[in-house]
Amino acid sequence: MKRASCLAWIFVFMMAGNLSAFAGNLDLFEGMKGTLRIAGGTAHIPVMKEAAKRIMTFNGDIQIIIAGGGSGVGIKQVGEGLVDIGNSGRKPTDKEINKYQLKMFKWAIDGVGVVVNPGNKVKALSKAQLIDIFSGKINNWKSIGGVDKPINVYTRDKASGTRAVFWKKALDKGEITAKANFVVSNGAMKSAISSDPYAIGYVSVGYIDESVAPVALGGVVPTLENVKQGKYQIARGLYSNTKGEPSGLTKKFIDFIFSPEGQKIASEKGFIPVQ
Amino acid sequence: MKLIDRSIEKFFWIAAVLSLSITVLIFGFMVILGFPLFKGGQFFELLSQPWLPDYGTYGIYPMIVGTLSISLIGLVFAFPLSLGCSAFISVLGPKRFGRVLKKIVQMMTGIPTVIYGFVGIFLLVPIIRELFEHGSGMCILSASILLAILISPTMILFFSDSFDQVPKPFLDAVDALGGNKAQKILYVILPYSLRGVITGLILALGRAMGDTMIALMIAGNAVAIPDSVLDSTRTLTAHIALIIAADFESLEFKTLFACGIILYLFTTFITLSVRSFDLMPWRRK
Repeated sequence: MKRASCLAWIFVFMMAGNLSAFAGNLDLFEGMKGTLRIAGGTAHIPVMKEAAKRIMTFNGDIQIIIAGGGSGVGIKQVGEGLVDIGNSGRKPTDKEINKYQLKMFKWAIDGVGVVVNPGNKVKALSKAQLIDIFSGKINNWKSIGGVDKPINVYTRDKASGTRAVFWKKALDKGEITAKANFVVSNGAMKSAISSDPYAIGYVSVGYIDESVAPVALGGVVPTLENVKQGKYQIARGLYSNTKGEPSGLTKKFIDFIFSPEGQKIASEKGFIPVQ
Repeated sequence: MKLIDRSIEKFFWIAAVLSLSITVLIFGFMVILGFPLFKGGQFFELLSQPWLPDYGTYGIYPMIVGTLSISLIGLVFAFPLSLGCSAFISVLGPKRFGRVLKKIVQMMTGIPTVIYGFVGIFLLVPIIRELFEHGSGMCILSASILLAILISPTMILFFSDSFDQVPKPFLDAVDALGGNKAQKILYVILPYSLRGVITGLILALGRAMGDTMIALMIAGNAVAIPDSVLDSTRTLTAHIALIIAADFESLEFKTLFACGIILYLFTTFITLSVRSFDLMPWRRK
């Protein structure tokens, strides 16, 4: 019944080969062994997976296990010592930091974009319209220039950092209708929107591809470029948190994420590296 | 030998006591952790209020409605299906085909619910959405159809087992009187195995209420009280899975114990009714 495990994001690579020929920043992991457990924010997962794959290919003695669960889960599990790194797509609250002695590492910036099904004609909204759609005041696509069909609103649960940022910066902490469907990760949001022609939802900009269509908000399309230039305002930091000062493998992993190679992975996956 | 006998007896006794005490302990654990709710008298308010965490209202009434509607409608779909299937396996169909069908049904009991959920998202949900043109297709109807498929094998196997227990002379008597197969089922087999049918029905209801994955993936998880079977809804189990990530200290998290207690009481009630049904003195001929 643990949510993280239900979400089917458990990812274990055990590679025997040692391809040290082209190592670069992976030299950090020379001679290390052990298991590193990571959980939390689902926006982080593509980067975590790619980093883990490279590290485990370089050094087969290291095992990295990645689970989802959402930012709240990440913070809670790292605080209780269940995982080594807890990811969150929002800054942990002061209360959480004090309670768990969290140390935060912000390694990328990510936008949260409104998305609809690619077949939808509506590709631009004003902020007021967005707030009205999510509160349920506007409930038919026709009134905003689309087909005559009810709008299906999709949202994330309270543990989601994506939701927290979207709610604060896009909805101005406005109400989200009780009729909204709940999905449990950025990936699940993307597949729900891509299969429902009358859907509206929000995902991390890193997740936007041809299966969903981004919606311009106040004339600005949520793209990597617009987030980078600061034109698109609904953005947040991606954090990896540890309980206390990290050491050993945990520290090495975080150093790797901040290394040129790690930062390159972040930008390849659609985020804005911090360095 | 005597020593071995006695130690085996002891072992089983300890196993029985252990499993019993775990059940009791789980209930105790939920009551103790949910105690702040009882003390403030909020427990009964929770049962009737909506879920509006932004306004400080953490009622679980919509989830109770969700759980009951999905599982009962699922049962309505599954019952005739299962009854027909098991009649076919035991009486109506050709013997060999019945055996093959029964093997398939047995295999179905082992399919993880997440597989049903997955198939449902890609096959059933779009069909329901386009067919009824109401909402996202993630709704009570979709979830209960899938739940019906999930609980049917349990019922089919239970029914056909109790059908097989009808004494052969009874069946021969029907044949001797010139009755056909349908009459055999309607007037002899069903009345004789009524008890087995009802027990199977109640067990399947318990399974339907306890299921998490299908509701979580298919029902849409909206917190509004549903107005129709095409509305999205959230069950108690899906609610627990969704809120478990909230802060330990928060009131949101504490109300989960209320959900747990309600679910526990539902299933206990179901199990007890099965037991009392078994103990009932009447017996049909």
